[in-house]
Amino acid sequence: MFFGGLLFVALGKDPVAAIRTIFYEPLFGQYAFYYRPQLLVKGAPLVLIAIGLSLGFKAGIWNIGAEGQYIMGALFGAGVGLAFYPYEAWFVFPLMVAAGAFGGWIWAMIPAFLKVRFGTNEILVSLMLVYVAEQFLASMSLGLMKNPEGFGFPGSRNLQQYESAFNADLIEGSGMHWGVVAALIAVIFAYVLLSKHRLGFAIRVTGEAPRAARFSGVNPVRLVLFCMGMSGLLAGLAGMFEVSGPAGQVTIDFNVGYGFTAIIVAFLGRLHPVGILLAGGLMALTYIGGDIAQSQLGLPAAAIQVFQGMLLFFLLALDMLTHYRLRFGTAEVV
Amino acid sequence: MDLSVINPVLFVAGFLVAATPLIFAAIGELIAEKSGVLNLGVEGMMITGAICGFAVAVETGSPLIGFAAAAGGGAALSLLFAFLTQVTLANQVASGLALTLFGLGLSALLGQNYVGIKPPRLGDIDFGPLADIPVLGPVLFTHDIILYLGIALVAATWAVLKFTRAGLVLRAVGESHDAAHALGFKVKRIRTLAIMFGGACAGVGGAYISLIRVPQWTEGMTAGVGWIALALVVFASWKPWRLLLGAYLFGGITQLQLNLQGAGVAIPVEYLAMSPYLITILVLVILSRDKSAAPASLGRIFHASS
Amino acid sequence: MKLSALLTGAALALGLATTASADAHSKTKVGFVFVGPVGDGGWTYEHDQGRLAVEKEFGDAVETVYVENVAEGPDSERVMTQMALDGAKLIFTTSFGYMDPTINVAKKFPDVKFEHATGYKRADNVSTYSARFYEGRAIQGHIAGNMTESNIIGYIGSYPIPEVIRGINSAYIHAKKVNPDVQFKIVWAYTWFDPAKEADAAKVLIEQGADVILQHTDSTAPQAAAQEAGNVITFGQASDMAQYAPKPRVSSIIDNWAPYYIARTKAVMDGTWTSTDTWDGIGPGMVGIGEISDAVPANVKEEALAMKDKIASGEYHPFTGPVKKQDGSDWLADGEVADDGTLAGMNFYVEGIEGTIPQ
Repeated sequence: MFFGGLLFVALGKDPVAAIRTIFYEPLFGQYAFYYRPQLLVKGAPLVLIAIGLSLGFKAGIWNIGAEGQYIMGALFGAGVGLAFYPYEAWFVFPLMVAAGAFGGWIWAMIPAFLKVRFGTNEILVSLMLVYVAEQFLASMSLGLMKNPEGFGFPGSRNLQQYESAFNADLIEGSGMHWGVVAALIAVIFAYVLLSKHRLGFAIRVTGEAPRAARFSGVNPVRLVLFCMGMSGLLAGLAGMFEVSGPAGQVTIDFNVGYGFTAIIVAFLGRLHPVGILLAGGLMALTYIGGDIAQSQLGLPAAAIQVFQGMLLFFLLALDMLTHYRLRFGTAEVV
Repeated sequence: MDLSVINPVLFVAGFLVAATPLIFAAIGELIAEKSGVLNLGVEGMMITGAICGFAVAVETGSPLIGFAAAAGGGAALSLLFAFLTQVTLANQVASGLALTLFGLGLSALLGQNYVGIKPPRLGDIDFGPLADIPVLGPVLFTHDIILYLGIALVAATWAVLKFTRAGLVLRAVGESHDAAHALGFKVKRIRTLAIMFGGACAGVGGAYISLIRVPQWTEGMTAGVGWIALALVVFASWKPWRLLLGAYLFGGITQLQLNLQGAGVAIPVEYLAMSPYLITILVLVILSRDKSAAPASLGRIFHASS
Repeated sequence: MKLSALLTGAALALGLATTASADAHSKTKVGFVFVGPVGDGGWTYEHDQGRLAVEKEFGDAVETVYVENVAEGPDSERVMTQMALDGAKLIFTTSFGYMDPTINVAKKFPDVKFEHATGYKRADNVSTYSARFYEGRAIQGHIAGNMTESNIIGYIGSYPIPEVIRGINSAYIHAKKVNPDVQFKIVWAYTWFDPAKEADAAKVLIEQGADVILQHTDSTAPQAAAQEAGNVITFGQASDMAQYAPKPRVSSIIDNWAPYYIARTKAVMDGTWTSTDTWDGIGPGMVGIGEISDAVPANVKEEALAMKDKIASGEYHPFTGPVKKQDGSDWLADGEVADDGTLAGMNFYVEGIEGTIPQ
């Protein structure tokens, strides 16, 4: 924060105003009534994806391809929606949700399956599949899913204008769309799973002591399939809710890096569901506040990015405290 | 469609150049990973190197000093990562991602005054008559010194890892930091050095893009090369020579794609653009029998008391 | 309870204070939403030049704000809303992908005027504007057809969308007119802006014999690649790219948004703003032709300038019949001029171009 202030001074801006704009304005400023719902819109996909990732990370299973699963979820979800267009029916949206979840799930099952069958490294396979998914997205928005009434421009029909497929705010202007609800459910689900359920125990023990886990009867194959599948499913849902709601259409660069940012969110939240909820909110805050600072104070986008980087470094460095506390703890026992 | 317009000699020479930034970034990351550190900040270090190298080359008029500065800039940025992961014991995956974010922003800030400037040129080495040998001449002997340095670096890395004590120590730290620590090696110091080497190499790789391959400075110009470098290390299963091969494969596919388009072959571009990644996955599956490849302590936090 | 009440009070007071001060200045606030960084040297750079021109023209009477690197989709919607909330009276949204977000936000702020670049959806408070870049492409085609010695012209396309295809057709028709043997090699980069990839594309085209490179991507990388290769000429895209003159860059198409931005800002200040659909070319100055350098033979330069004047005056339309489509079917009869509707949605090559448009 201090260094961030110095950065803004170096750029000839008032540091207090800059930091105030980023953190205070969206929450309590004059137009907070608009920004607070936007926090939900921006934070929900981050939290949803990060929750899924945290399950795997806790067990030492590294899915860093959530971005690809997010894209595939969006494509599957939008694909179902577009296939029904313009038929209005209550079941269109639930079908899209299911398709979105399936899209993310199947995309994550590729690295999961290769890992359990051939022992390939899931970090790499999932990362590779991000690029494959991005190309697939480009192909879809230029080809199959292109809006036939769009004068040849790339991009699909806008699902916001198709009532049965539109993931609208549940309460007008609140930002609470189904994705936000799903994110909150995921937080609760993960919390219960990790603290109360046997599977949660298996995840934790595998991450901390893989061999002990095997002795205690944890099936590592099933665990990999579950953790990867779950994180893919949630990422797919996030993509589907985004494309049918706030974004509205499939476009060439529809994905804006939620899948990668969510990895940081998962760690900022210490892989704990409630921590992730808070971390997702914080990230969303710096994005929204950063944009406000750009337009109100004329800060370049790069400065905001550097500031975010510094903030993340600082928060990650706080890990030190947890590590050393652990040490003090053992010392006391001895 | 007329495939004969593709000149194989120029094609090969072209992808040698396209592969060089990848070689540098990936060989640096290979060393870091051999020491047990997974640094996902390659993209951030590359772009920082790209602007440091560019700015210094423009100011001093010497591309070589620029490359030195790029190495310095990349290493300096990697020190941040080293501090986070080795001193404060922060998670490596998250720190690396944060480093990329930071590096992209920082380079854009530093580069504001360098948009639209032409850098000094680094000439090709004059091999005299060697360059006139048919086929081999243009392919092998018409490049700049950095490209050869990249290949030399691969050879050196291979030799150091395989034959020297330093290489042995590095591998020991990466395989089992606890055992290495028990043997009296300074795990953190070795890892910090490995991270800095990785940063310096990534910086040079970035500068190769901004000073030679493109050559100019624009924000975000590394455009994902750092991520491909990460993939490449695993693709090569941490073996330097395979890394070289992989870099040519990755560099070659893009060149081939563009070449085929120019020759009028109606290819579905998106699907061809996917192919290097799909091939990597395939190679991974084939290589998966080789269980010994990955350093055992990769990505794990080392703490002397634990 | 007390504390939170206090905070709310303070927030209100602060809020009121900022509103009051904003009103006191009574400046007209103009917002710009940019898709790339202002330092891209191409598309966004030129829009930012337009913004600076507005500031210069009206001085203290206006305040301009901008946000760069805004992703299309919900982020852009938020940024526009934020600008409107902060009191912007006029907002320029400068990327095709901002189309639906612009319409959405405009519905919520009927008193704020919006200007969306390159789109086709309008509303009472949303205008659209775009430039007839194909007029500039005609001049490029003329110069390229005259100057090529290998008769191979390389063309770096971004995405196969009507705007880009229009440019290819226009350049081809005019290159062919002066050089019947000319051949176009078209490479799709699938990016608007990726210097390394654009450089590679240019190099590949040069290796395959092209000695003229036309680009419809925004970075200067192809210029640098052409310079490196030697005997190759290029044209600046979006921005003048004069640093590569006189060779390889022999001329350029410059997006000159300044006159339009100044006129529209003035209209808002005077209260005369109405929703329009503007598609301007060389005539009104929205498309600028960068200085034709001395590398171009004098007679070719003269012809090119003459063509520019004829296009500017409306005497000549770059798509004038007879023109056939690629499949040999008739498109424009002798003397017939293409209508804007067909041009806006152009998804076919004209006769003579090889290859197919990727779908």
